[in-house]
Amino acid sequence: MKRWLLALCLMVLPVQAEEIVSGVSQSGVSITTNFDGASILVYGAALREAPAPTWPLMEVIITVEGPSTPLVIRKKDHVAGIWLNRGAVKITAAPSFYAVASTKPVADILLPAEDAKYHITIPQTIDPAAAPSAEQTPYIEALQRIRQASGSFVLAPDSVLLLRQALFRTDISLPANLVEGPYMVRIFLTRGGEVVDMQESQIDVQKAGLERTLYRLAMEQPLIYGLLSLLMAMVAGWGAQELFKRLRI
Amino acid sequence: MQLYLPIAEVSVNAFVLLGLGGVIGVLSGMFGVGGGFLITPLLMMIGVPPGVAVATGANQVVASSISGALAQFKRRAVDLPMGAVLTGGGLVGSTLGGYVFDLMSRLGQTDVFVQLSYVLFLGLIGAMMLVESVNSLRRTGKARIKRAHVHSWVHRMPFKMKFRASGLYISVIPPLLVGAAVGFLSAIMGVGGGFVMVPAMIYLLGMPTKVVVGTSLFQITFVTGYTTLVHAVTHHTVDMMLALLLIIGGVIGAQIGARVGVRLKAEQLRILLSILVLAVAVKIGFDLLLTPAELYSVTRVES
Repeated sequence: MKRWLLALCLMVLPVQAEEIVSGVSQSGVSITTNFDGASILVYGAALREAPAPTWPLMEVIITVEGPSTPLVIRKKDHVAGIWLNRGAVKITAAPSFYAVASTKPVADILLPAEDAKYHITIPQTIDPAAAPSAEQTPYIEALQRIRQASGSFVLAPDSVLLLRQALFRTDISLPANLVEGPYMVRIFLTRGGEVVDMQESQIDVQKAGLERTLYRLAMEQPLIYGLLSLLMAMVAGWGAQELFKRLRI
Repeated sequence: MQLYLPIAEVSVNAFVLLGLGGVIGVLSGMFGVGGGFLITPLLMMIGVPPGVAVATGANQVVASSISGALAQFKRRAVDLPMGAVLTGGGLVGSTLGGYVFDLMSRLGQTDVFVQLSYVLFLGLIGAMMLVESVNSLRRTGKARIKRAHVHSWVHRMPFKMKFRASGLYISVIPPLLVGAAVGFLSAIMGVGGGFVMVPAMIYLLGMPTKVVVGTSLFQITFVTGYTTLVHAVTHHTVDMMLALLLIIGGVIGAQIGARVGVRLKAEQLRILLSILVLAVAVKIGFDLLLTPAELYSVTRVES
Protein backbone atom coordinates (compact mmCIF):
# COMPACT_ATOMS: atom_id res chain seq x y z
CA MET A 1 0.00 0.00 0.00
CA LYS A 2 2.76 2.37 0.99
CA ARG A 3 4.59 1.64 -2.19
CA TRP A 4 1.50 2.46 -4.20
CA LEU A 5 1.11 5.73 -2.36
CA LEU A 6 4.71 6.63 -3.05
CA ALA A 7 4.32 5.84 -6.69
CA LEU A 8 1.21 7.98 -6.77
CA CYS A 9 3.06 10.83 -5.15
CA LEU A 10 5.87 10.51 -7.68
CA MET A 11 3.32 10.72 -10.48
CA VAL A 12 1.48 13.68 -9.05
CA LEU A 13 4.63 15.52 -8.03
CA PRO A 14 7.19 14.63 -10.64
CA VAL A 15 9.40 17.51 -9.43
CA GLN A 16 10.11 15.59 -6.22
CA ALA A 17 11.58 12.71 -8.12
CA GLU A 18 14.96 14.30 -8.70
CA GLU A 19 17.58 14.50 -6.04
CA ILE A 20 21.03 16.07 -6.10
CA VAL A 21 24.08 13.99 -5.36
CA SER A 22 27.08 16.27 -5.27
CA GLY A 23 30.56 16.88 -4.09
CA VAL A 24 32.96 19.78 -3.66
CA SER A 25 36.66 19.37 -4.45
CA GLN A 26 37.69 20.52 -0.99
CA SER A 27 36.04 21.05 2.36
CA GLY A 28 38.36 23.86 3.39
CA VAL A 29 40.62 26.59 2.06
CA SER A 30 43.74 27.55 4.01
CA ILE A 31 44.96 31.10 3.64
CA THR A 32 48.72 30.83 3.88
CA THR A 33 51.40 33.47 3.31
CA ASN A 34 51.55 32.93 -0.43
CA PHE A 35 47.77 32.54 -0.85
CA ASP A 36 46.77 33.84 -4.24
CA GLY A 37 43.15 32.79 -4.51
CA ALA A 38 41.76 29.29 -4.86
CA SER A 39 39.67 27.35 -7.32
CA ILE A 40 37.00 24.98 -6.15
CA LEU A 41 35.29 22.35 -8.23
CA VAL A 42 31.62 21.67 -7.59
CA TYR A 43 30.24 18.55 -9.29
CA GLY A 44 27.27 16.28 -9.03
CA ALA A 45 24.40 14.50 -10.68
CA ALA A 46 20.64 14.37 -10.57
CA LEU A 47 19.52 11.07 -9.11
CA ARG A 48 16.22 9.82 -10.52
CA GLU A 49 13.98 6.93 -9.77
CA ALA A 50 12.05 7.44 -12.98
CA PRO A 51 13.14 8.56 -16.42
CA ALA A 52 13.68 12.30 -16.67
CA PRO A 53 10.77 14.31 -18.02
CA THR A 54 11.62 15.58 -21.47
CA TRP A 55 10.12 19.00 -20.86
CA PRO A 56 10.87 21.45 -19.24
CA LEU A 57 14.61 20.88 -19.30
CA MET A 58 16.64 20.59 -16.14
CA GLU A 59 18.92 23.53 -15.37
CA VAL A 60 21.51 23.98 -12.62
CA ILE A 61 22.40 27.05 -10.55
CA ILE A 62 25.33 26.92 -8.15
CA THR A 63 26.01 29.70 -5.65
CA VAL A 64 28.94 30.25 -3.30
CA GLU A 65 28.40 32.74 -0.51
CA GLY A 66 31.04 34.17 1.83
CA PRO A 67 30.40 35.50 5.35
CA SER A 68 28.11 38.53 5.50
CA THR A 69 29.20 41.81 7.06
CA PRO A 70 27.45 45.10 7.74
CA LEU A 71 28.38 47.89 5.33
CA VAL A 72 28.04 51.59 4.76
CA ILE A 73 27.68 52.78 1.17
CA ARG A 74 28.45 56.46 0.68
CA LYS A 75 27.81 58.75 -2.25
CA LYS A 76 29.92 61.76 -3.14
CA ASP A 77 28.30 65.05 -4.13
CA HIS A 78 29.71 68.23 -5.55
CA VAL A 79 29.68 70.69 -2.64
CA ALA A 80 31.37 74.10 -2.85
CA GLY A 81 33.68 72.92 -5.62
CA ILE A 82 34.90 69.71 -4.01
CA TRP A 83 33.55 66.18 -3.85
CA LEU A 84 32.25 65.35 -0.40
CA ASN A 85 30.53 62.29 0.99
CA ARG A 86 26.91 63.33 1.39
CA GLY A 87 24.47 60.48 1.23
CA ALA A 88 24.97 57.22 3.10
CA VAL A 89 23.03 53.97 3.27
CA LYS A 90 23.62 51.32 5.91
CA ILE A 91 23.34 47.69 4.90
CA THR A 92 22.96 45.32 7.82
CA ALA A 93 24.26 42.30 5.92
CA ALA A 94 25.85 41.77 2.53
CA PRO A 95 28.02 38.80 1.57
CA SER A 96 31.74 39.52 1.36
CA PHE A 97 31.86 37.14 -1.60
CA TYR A 98 29.10 35.83 -3.81
CA ALA A 99 29.28 33.82 -7.00
CA VAL A 100 26.40 32.61 -9.13
CA ALA A 101 27.24 30.00 -11.74
CA SER A 102 24.51 28.56 -13.93
CA THR A 103 23.80 26.62 -17.09
CA LYS A 104 21.96 29.59 -18.64
CA PRO A 105 21.42 33.22 -17.58
CA VAL A 106 19.63 32.98 -14.24
CA ALA A 107 16.71 35.16 -15.36
CA ASP A 108 15.82 32.51 -17.98
CA ILE A 109 15.83 29.52 -15.66
CA LEU A 110 14.48 30.87 -12.37
CA LEU A 111 11.12 32.44 -11.54
CA PRO A 112 11.28 35.67 -9.47
CA ALA A 113 9.08 34.10 -6.81
CA GLU A 114 11.52 31.22 -6.40
CA ASP A 115 14.43 33.67 -6.29
CA ALA A 116 12.71 35.61 -3.50
CA LYS A 117 12.15 32.37 -1.60
CA TYR A 118 15.68 30.99 -1.86
CA HIS A 119 17.66 34.28 -2.17
CA ILE A 120 19.66 33.10 -5.18
CA THR A 121 20.58 36.17 -7.25
CA ILE A 122 22.95 38.86 -5.96
CA PRO A 123 20.29 41.54 -5.20
CA GLN A 124 18.43 38.94 -3.11
CA THR A 125 21.47 38.38 -0.89
CA ILE A 126 21.97 42.04 0.03
CA ASP A 127 20.00 42.83 3.16
CA PRO A 128 17.67 39.86 2.63
CA ALA A 129 15.50 40.91 5.58
CA ALA A 130 14.45 44.31 4.21
CA ALA A 131 13.23 45.38 0.80
CA PRO A 132 15.21 48.42 -0.46
CA SER A 133 13.43 51.73 -0.70
CA ALA A 134 13.56 53.84 -3.87
CA GLU A 135 16.30 55.98 -2.32
CA GLN A 136 18.44 52.99 -1.45
CA THR A 137 18.25 51.36 -4.88
CA PRO A 138 21.07 53.37 -6.55
CA TYR A 139 23.32 52.64 -3.56
CA ILE A 140 22.68 48.93 -3.72
CA GLU A 141 23.28 48.96 -7.47
CA ALA A 142 26.58 50.77 -6.83
CA LEU A 143 27.56 48.11 -4.28
CA GLN A 144 26.97 45.40 -6.88
CA ARG A 145 28.89 47.35 -9.52
CA ILE A 146 31.89 47.94 -7.21
CA ARG A 147 32.01 44.37 -5.91
CA GLN A 148 31.64 42.93 -9.40
CA ALA A 149 34.51 45.10 -10.61
CA SER A 150 36.70 43.93 -7.72
CA GLY A 151 35.81 40.28 -8.28
CA SER A 152 33.95 39.84 -5.00
CA PHE A 153 30.64 39.35 -6.78
CA VAL A 154 30.83 36.95 -9.68
CA LEU A 155 28.16 36.29 -12.29
CA ALA A 156 28.99 33.30 -14.42
CA PRO A 157 26.07 32.29 -16.63
CA ASP A 158 26.80 29.35 -18.94
CA SER A 159 29.68 28.25 -16.72
CA VAL A 160 27.97 25.13 -15.39
CA LEU A 161 28.53 22.20 -17.67
CA LEU A 162 25.51 19.90 -17.85
CA LEU A 163 25.88 16.51 -19.50
CA ARG A 164 22.92 14.44 -20.69
CA GLN A 165 20.54 16.30 -18.37
CA ALA A 166 22.15 14.53 -15.42
CA LEU A 167 25.81 15.23 -14.70
CA PHE A 168 27.01 18.73 -13.93
CA ARG A 169 30.19 20.44 -12.90
CA THR A 170 31.64 23.93 -12.55
CA ASP A 171 34.81 25.65 -11.35
CA ILE A 172 34.46 28.63 -9.07
CA SER A 173 37.52 30.71 -8.37
CA LEU A 174 37.83 32.47 -5.05
CA PRO A 175 39.80 35.76 -5.13
CA ALA A 176 42.93 36.39 -3.05
CA ASN A 177 41.27 38.93 -0.76
CA LEU A 178 39.08 36.39 1.01
CA VAL A 179 37.45 36.98 4.37
CA GLU A 180 37.72 34.14 6.88
CA GLY A 181 34.67 32.10 7.75
CA PRO A 182 32.22 29.52 6.43
CA TYR A 183 31.46 29.68 2.70
CA MET A 184 28.11 28.15 1.77
CA VAL A 185 27.85 26.24 -1.49
CA ARG A 186 24.29 25.78 -2.73
CA ILE A 187 23.19 23.76 -5.72
CA PHE A 188 19.72 24.27 -7.23
CA LEU A 189 18.06 22.13 -9.86
CA THR A 190 15.32 23.97 -11.70
CA ARG A 191 12.71 22.97 -14.26
CA GLY A 192 10.55 25.61 -15.90
CA GLY A 193 11.90 28.19 -13.47
CA GLU A 194 10.91 26.25 -10.38
CA VAL A 195 13.37 24.82 -7.89
CA VAL A 196 13.17 21.04 -7.99
CA ASP A 197 15.84 20.28 -5.43
CA MET A 198 18.44 22.14 -3.42
CA GLN A 199 21.54 20.99 -1.65
CA GLU A 200 23.85 22.86 0.65
CA SER A 201 27.40 22.25 1.77
CA GLN A 202 30.07 24.27 3.47
CA ILE A 203 33.69 25.19 2.80
CA ASP A 204 35.68 26.59 5.72
CA VAL A 205 38.08 29.34 4.77
CA GLN A 206 40.70 29.84 7.46
CA LYS A 207 44.00 31.53 7.86
CA ALA A 208 46.76 29.02 8.50
CA GLY A 209 50.31 28.99 9.82
CA LEU A 210 51.99 32.35 10.31
CA GLU A 211 48.93 34.21 9.00
CA ARG A 212 46.81 32.66 11.71
CA THR A 213 49.35 33.22 14.49
CA LEU A 214 49.77 36.89 13.65
CA TYR A 215 46.05 37.50 13.22
CA ARG A 216 45.14 35.89 16.53
CA LEU A 217 47.91 37.69 18.39
CA ALA A 218 46.78 41.02 16.93
CA MET A 219 43.19 40.41 17.97
CA GLU A 220 43.69 38.68 21.32
CA GLN A 221 46.90 40.22 22.67
CA PRO A 222 46.98 43.63 20.98
CA LEU A 223 49.45 45.19 23.42
CA ILE A 224 51.98 42.37 23.04
CA TYR A 225 51.44 42.44 19.28
CA GLY A 226 51.97 46.21 19.18
CA LEU A 227 55.14 46.01 21.27
CA LEU A 228 56.39 43.18 19.06
CA SER A 229 55.77 45.32 15.95
CA LEU A 230 57.76 48.13 17.53
CA LEU A 231 60.55 45.78 18.56
CA MET A 232 60.75 44.44 15.02
CA ALA A 233 60.92 47.98 13.66
CA MET A 234 63.65 48.97 16.12
CA VAL A 235 65.75 45.87 15.58
CA ALA A 236 65.49 46.28 11.79
CA GLY A 237 66.39 49.96 11.99
CA TRP A 238 69.29 49.44 14.37
CA GLY A 239 70.44 46.29 12.53
CA ALA A 240 70.65 48.11 9.22
CA GLN A 241 72.62 50.90 10.86
CA GLU A 242 75.17 48.41 12.27
CA LEU A 243 75.33 46.45 9.03
CA PHE A 244 76.04 49.54 6.96
CA LYS A 245 78.67 50.65 9.48
CA ARG A 246 80.45 47.31 9.12
CA LEU A 247 80.24 47.51 5.35
CA ARG A 248 81.61 51.09 5.50
CA ILE A 249 79.73 52.19 2.42
CA MET B 1 55.60 36.95 -5.73
CA GLN B 2 52.15 37.44 -4.23
CA LEU B 3 51.89 37.74 -0.46
CA TYR B 4 48.71 37.54 1.62
CA LEU B 5 48.64 40.15 4.40
CA PRO B 6 47.01 38.74 7.56
CA ILE B 7 45.50 41.96 8.94
CA ALA B 8 44.86 43.92 5.73
CA GLU B 9 43.35 40.72 4.23
CA VAL B 10 44.57 41.49 0.75
CA SER B 11 47.13 39.84 -1.46
CA VAL B 12 49.87 42.10 -2.82
CA ASN B 13 53.14 41.72 -4.67
CA ALA B 14 56.06 41.42 -2.22
CA PHE B 15 58.48 43.26 -4.51
CA VAL B 16 56.13 46.22 -4.87
CA LEU B 17 56.15 46.55 -1.08
CA LEU B 18 59.95 46.21 -0.87
CA GLY B 19 60.38 48.88 -3.54
CA LEU B 20 57.87 51.18 -1.89
CA GLY B 21 59.69 50.84 1.44
CA GLY B 22 63.01 51.50 -0.29
CA VAL B 23 61.88 54.72 -1.93
CA ILE B 24 60.37 56.00 1.31
CA GLY B 25 63.58 55.03 3.14
CA VAL B 26 65.77 57.04 0.77
CA LEU B 27 63.58 60.12 1.31
CA SER B 28 63.61 59.56 5.04
CA GLY B 29 67.39 59.44 5.19
CA MET B 30 67.83 62.43 2.89
CA PHE B 31 65.29 64.86 4.28
CA GLY B 32 64.70 63.76 7.84
CA VAL B 33 61.04 63.12 7.14
CA GLY B 34 59.46 59.81 8.07
CA GLY B 35 57.77 59.51 4.69
CA GLY B 36 54.37 58.82 6.16
CA PHE B 37 52.79 61.48 3.98
CA LEU B 38 53.79 59.36 0.98
CA ILE B 39 53.39 55.85 2.32
CA THR B 40 49.84 56.20 3.61
CA PRO B 41 48.33 57.37 0.29
CA LEU B 42 50.49 54.89 -1.67
CA LEU B 43 49.37 51.92 0.43
CA MET B 44 45.74 52.94 -0.02
CA MET B 45 46.37 53.14 -3.77
CA ILE B 46 47.52 49.48 -3.91
CA GLY B 47 44.36 48.36 -2.10
CA VAL B 48 45.31 48.31 1.59
CA PRO B 49 42.36 49.49 3.74
CA PRO B 50 42.87 53.09 5.01
CA GLY B 51 42.97 52.12 8.70
CA VAL B 52 45.67 49.50 8.11
CA ALA B 53 47.60 51.87 5.83
CA VAL B 54 47.71 54.57 8.52
CA ALA B 55 48.72 52.24 11.38
CA THR B 56 51.23 50.15 9.43
CA GLY B 57 52.69 53.26 7.82
CA ALA B 58 53.40 54.56 11.32
CA ASN B 59 55.14 51.28 12.21
CA GLN B 60 57.32 51.48 9.11
CA VAL B 61 58.22 55.08 9.88
CA VAL B 62 59.51 53.93 13.32
CA ALA B 63 62.08 51.69 11.65
CA SER B 64 63.22 54.08 8.95
CA SER B 65 63.43 57.03 11.32
CA ILE B 66 65.29 55.10 14.03
CA SER B 67 67.76 53.99 11.40
CA GLY B 68 68.17 57.56 10.17
CA ALA B 69 68.24 58.97 13.71
CA LEU B 70 71.09 56.62 14.68
CA ALA B 71 73.07 57.67 11.61
CA GLN B 72 72.58 61.33 12.56
CA PHE B 73 73.32 60.60 16.23
CA LYS B 74 76.76 59.28 15.37
CA ARG B 75 77.44 62.57 13.62
CA ARG B 76 76.27 64.45 16.77
CA ALA B 77 73.49 66.03 14.71
CA VAL B 78 70.75 65.36 17.30
CA ASP B 79 69.76 67.94 19.90
CA LEU B 80 68.61 65.55 22.63
CA PRO B 81 66.97 68.03 25.08
CA MET B 82 65.13 69.67 22.19
CA GLY B 83 64.06 66.24 20.90
CA ALA B 84 62.73 65.32 24.34
CA VAL B 85 60.72 68.56 24.66
CA LEU B 86 59.27 68.12 21.14
CA THR B 87 58.39 64.49 21.88
CA GLY B 88 56.60 65.48 25.10
CA GLY B 89 54.43 67.91 23.17
CA GLY B 90 53.99 65.37 20.38
CA LEU B 91 52.51 62.68 22.63
CA VAL B 92 49.89 65.10 23.98
CA GLY B 93 49.01 66.37 20.50
CA SER B 94 48.80 62.89 19.04
CA THR B 95 46.39 61.76 21.77
CA LEU B 96 44.15 64.76 21.10
CA GLY B 97 44.32 64.14 17.35
CA GLY B 98 43.21 60.56 17.90
CA TYR B 99 39.99 61.78 19.51
CA VAL B 100 39.28 64.16 16.62
CA PHE B 101 39.96 61.36 14.12
CA ASP B 102 37.47 59.08 15.87
CA LEU B 103 34.89 61.87 15.83
CA MET B 104 35.36 62.35 12.07
CA SER B 105 35.01 58.66 11.33
CA ARG B 106 31.76 58.63 13.29
CA LEU B 107 30.54 61.44 11.04
CA GLY B 108 31.56 59.41 7.96
CA GLN B 109 33.86 62.10 6.61
CA THR B 110 37.26 60.55 7.35
CA ASP B 111 38.50 60.33 3.78
CA VAL B 112 37.53 63.85 2.79
CA PHE B 113 38.81 65.19 6.11
CA VAL B 114 42.15 63.41 5.63
CA GLN B 115 42.38 64.54 2.01
CA LEU B 116 41.60 68.15 2.89
CA SER B 117 44.21 68.24 5.64
CA TYR B 118 46.75 66.74 3.24
CA VAL B 119 46.07 69.37 0.60
CA LEU B 120 45.98 72.21 3.09
CA PHE B 121 49.09 71.39 5.12
CA LEU B 122 51.23 69.84 2.41
CA GLY B 123 50.33 72.64 0.00
CA LEU B 124 50.97 75.42 2.47
CA ILE B 125 54.23 74.05 3.82
CA GLY B 126 55.48 72.90 0.43
CA ALA B 127 54.89 76.33 -1.08
CA MET B 128 56.48 78.14 1.87
CA MET B 129 59.56 75.96 1.75
CA LEU B 130 59.92 76.24 -1.99
CA VAL B 131 59.75 80.03 -2.00
CA GLU B 132 62.12 80.35 0.93
CA SER B 133 64.74 77.91 -0.32
CA VAL B 134 64.71 79.25 -3.88
CA ASN B 135 65.28 82.74 -2.44
CA SER B 136 68.12 81.60 -0.22
CA LEU B 137 69.72 79.67 -3.08
CA ARG B 138 69.67 82.88 -5.15
CA ARG B 139 71.26 84.80 -2.29
CA THR B 140 74.24 82.44 -2.08
CA GLY B 141 77.10 83.83 -4.08
CA LYS B 142 76.22 87.33 -3.04
CA ALA B 143 77.74 88.48 0.18
CA ARG B 144 75.27 88.09 3.00
CA ILE B 145 75.21 88.81 6.68
CA LYS B 146 74.85 85.54 8.49
CA ARG B 147 73.04 85.53 11.77
CA ALA B 148 72.43 82.43 13.80
CA HIS B 149 68.77 83.30 14.12
CA VAL B 150 66.42 86.21 14.27
CA HIS B 151 65.13 87.33 17.64
CA SER B 152 61.36 87.27 17.67
CA TRP B 153 58.40 86.65 19.97
CA VAL B 154 59.71 83.11 20.39
CA HIS B 155 62.57 84.45 22.46
CA ARG B 156 60.53 86.55 24.84
CA MET B 157 58.67 83.77 26.62
CA PRO B 158 59.29 82.38 30.11
CA PHE B 159 60.75 78.94 31.11
CA LYS B 160 63.91 79.44 29.10
CA MET B 161 66.16 76.47 28.53
CA LYS B 162 69.56 76.03 26.97
CA PHE B 163 69.69 73.84 23.85
CA ARG B 164 73.43 73.53 23.40
CA ALA B 165 73.53 71.57 20.15
CA SER B 166 71.20 74.07 18.50
CA GLY B 167 72.97 77.05 20.03
CA LEU B 168 69.63 78.30 21.34
CA TYR B 169 68.50 79.75 24.65
CA ILE B 170 64.72 79.87 24.30
CA SER B 171 61.55 79.14 26.23
CA VAL B 172 60.30 75.53 26.22
CA ILE B 173 56.79 76.72 25.30
CA PRO B 174 57.34 77.14 21.51
CA PRO B 175 58.96 73.69 21.05
CA LEU B 176 56.22 72.13 23.19
CA LEU B 177 53.55 73.78 21.03
CA VAL B 178 55.32 72.81 17.81
CA GLY B 179 55.59 69.22 19.05
CA ALA B 180 51.92 69.15 20.05
CA ALA B 181 50.74 70.65 16.74
CA VAL B 182 52.80 68.13 14.78
CA GLY B 183 51.57 65.26 16.97
CA PHE B 184 47.99 66.37 16.41
CA LEU B 185 48.41 66.55 12.63
CA SER B 186 50.20 63.23 12.55
CA ALA B 187 47.36 61.44 14.32
CA ILE B 188 44.80 63.02 11.99
CA MET B 189 46.71 62.44 8.78
CA GLY B 190 48.42 59.20 9.75
CA VAL B 191 51.90 60.59 9.19
CA GLY B 192 55.05 61.10 11.28
CA GLY B 193 54.90 64.84 10.75
CA GLY B 194 58.51 65.45 9.64
CA PHE B 195 57.39 67.60 6.74
CA VAL B 196 55.77 69.98 9.24
CA MET B 197 58.45 69.55 11.88
CA VAL B 198 61.47 70.35 9.72
CA PRO B 199 60.25 73.77 8.51
CA ALA B 200 58.82 74.59 11.95
CA MET B 201 62.23 73.95 13.52
CA ILE B 202 64.04 76.06 10.95
CA TYR B 203 61.65 78.98 10.62
CA LEU B 204 59.82 79.05 13.95
CA LEU B 205 62.44 77.89 16.44
CA GLY B 206 65.44 79.11 14.49
CA MET B 207 67.38 75.87 14.81
CA PRO B 208 70.46 75.39 12.61
CA THR B 209 69.82 73.10 9.62
CA LYS B 210 72.57 70.65 10.64
CA VAL B 211 70.71 69.47 13.77
CA VAL B 212 67.20 69.76 12.32
CA VAL B 213 67.19 66.45 10.43
CA GLY B 214 68.56 64.38 13.32
CA THR B 215 66.34 65.99 15.97
CA SER B 216 63.24 65.66 13.83
CA LEU B 217 63.98 61.96 13.21
CA PHE B 218 64.46 61.51 16.96
CA GLN B 219 61.04 63.02 17.69
CA ILE B 220 59.36 61.11 14.83
CA THR B 221 60.67 57.79 16.17
CA PHE B 222 58.93 58.31 19.49
CA VAL B 223 55.69 59.84 18.23
CA THR B 224 55.14 57.20 15.52
CA GLY B 225 56.05 54.44 17.98
CA TYR B 226 53.33 55.76 20.26
CA THR B 227 50.87 56.03 17.36
CA THR B 228 51.62 52.43 16.32
CA LEU B 229 50.88 51.14 19.82
CA VAL B 230 47.65 53.14 20.09
CA HIS B 231 46.43 51.81 16.72
CA ALA B 232 47.43 48.22 17.56
CA VAL B 233 45.58 48.29 20.86
CA THR B 234 42.44 50.22 19.92
CA HIS B 235 41.85 49.38 16.24
CA HIS B 236 43.91 46.15 15.64
CA THR B 237 45.08 47.63 12.35
CA VAL B 238 48.88 47.14 12.43
CA ASP B 239 49.86 44.54 9.82
CA MET B 240 53.22 43.10 10.85
CA MET B 241 53.77 41.26 7.59
CA LEU B 242 53.17 44.42 5.59
CA ALA B 243 55.33 46.43 7.98
CA LEU B 244 58.21 43.91 7.76
CA LEU B 245 58.45 44.18 3.97
CA LEU B 246 58.21 47.96 4.00
CA ILE B 247 60.83 48.05 6.75
CA ILE B 248 63.32 45.81 4.94
CA GLY B 249 63.10 48.09 1.91
CA GLY B 250 63.00 51.16 4.14
CA VAL B 251 66.04 50.61 6.36
CA ILE B 252 68.26 49.95 3.37
CA GLY B 253 66.85 53.01 1.61
CA ALA B 254 67.38 55.19 4.69
CA GLN B 255 71.09 54.37 4.81
CA ILE B 256 71.48 55.24 1.15
CA GLY B 257 69.45 58.42 1.64
CA ALA B 258 71.56 59.61 4.57
CA ARG B 259 74.70 59.27 2.46
CA VAL B 260 73.18 61.07 -0.53
CA GLY B 261 71.86 63.79 1.78
CA VAL B 262 75.28 64.86 3.10
CA ARG B 263 76.50 65.44 -0.45
CA LEU B 264 73.70 67.90 -1.27
CA LYS B 265 73.40 71.49 -0.12
CA ALA B 266 70.78 72.25 2.50
CA GLU B 267 68.92 74.55 0.09
CA GLN B 268 68.90 71.93 -2.64
CA LEU B 269 67.54 69.39 -0.17
CA ARG B 270 64.78 71.75 0.86
CA ILE B 271 63.82 72.54 -2.75
CA LEU B 272 63.59 68.83 -3.55
CA LEU B 273 61.54 68.11 -0.45
CA SER B 274 59.21 71.02 -1.11
CA ILE B 275 58.61 69.88 -4.70
CA LEU B 276 57.79 66.39 -3.47
CA VAL B 277 55.44 67.72 -0.79
CA LEU B 278 53.70 69.98 -3.33
CA ALA B 279 53.34 67.13 -5.82
CA VAL B 280 51.48 65.00 -3.26
CA ALA B 281 49.27 67.98 -2.32
CA VAL B 282 48.40 68.63 -5.98
CA LYS B 283 47.63 64.96 -6.65
CA ILE B 284 45.29 64.71 -3.67
CA GLY B 285 43.80 68.11 -4.50
CA PHE B 286 42.89 66.90 -7.98
CA ASP B 287 41.17 63.88 -6.46
CA LEU B 288 38.94 66.26 -4.52
CA LEU B 289 38.21 68.56 -7.46
CA LEU B 290 37.79 66.21 -10.41
CA THR B 291 34.61 64.24 -10.89
CA PRO B 292 35.36 60.79 -9.49
CA ALA B 293 34.89 57.80 -11.81
CA GLU B 294 32.83 56.10 -9.12
CA LEU B 295 30.66 58.32 -6.94
CA TYR B 296 29.90 55.58 -4.47
CA SER B 297 32.19 53.92 -1.98
CA VAL B 298 31.75 50.87 0.21
CA THR B 299 33.09 50.65 3.76
CA ARG B 300 32.96 47.56 5.91
CA VAL B 301 31.83 48.43 9.42
CA GLU B 302 32.44 46.47 12.59
CA SER B 303 29.36 44.61 13.67
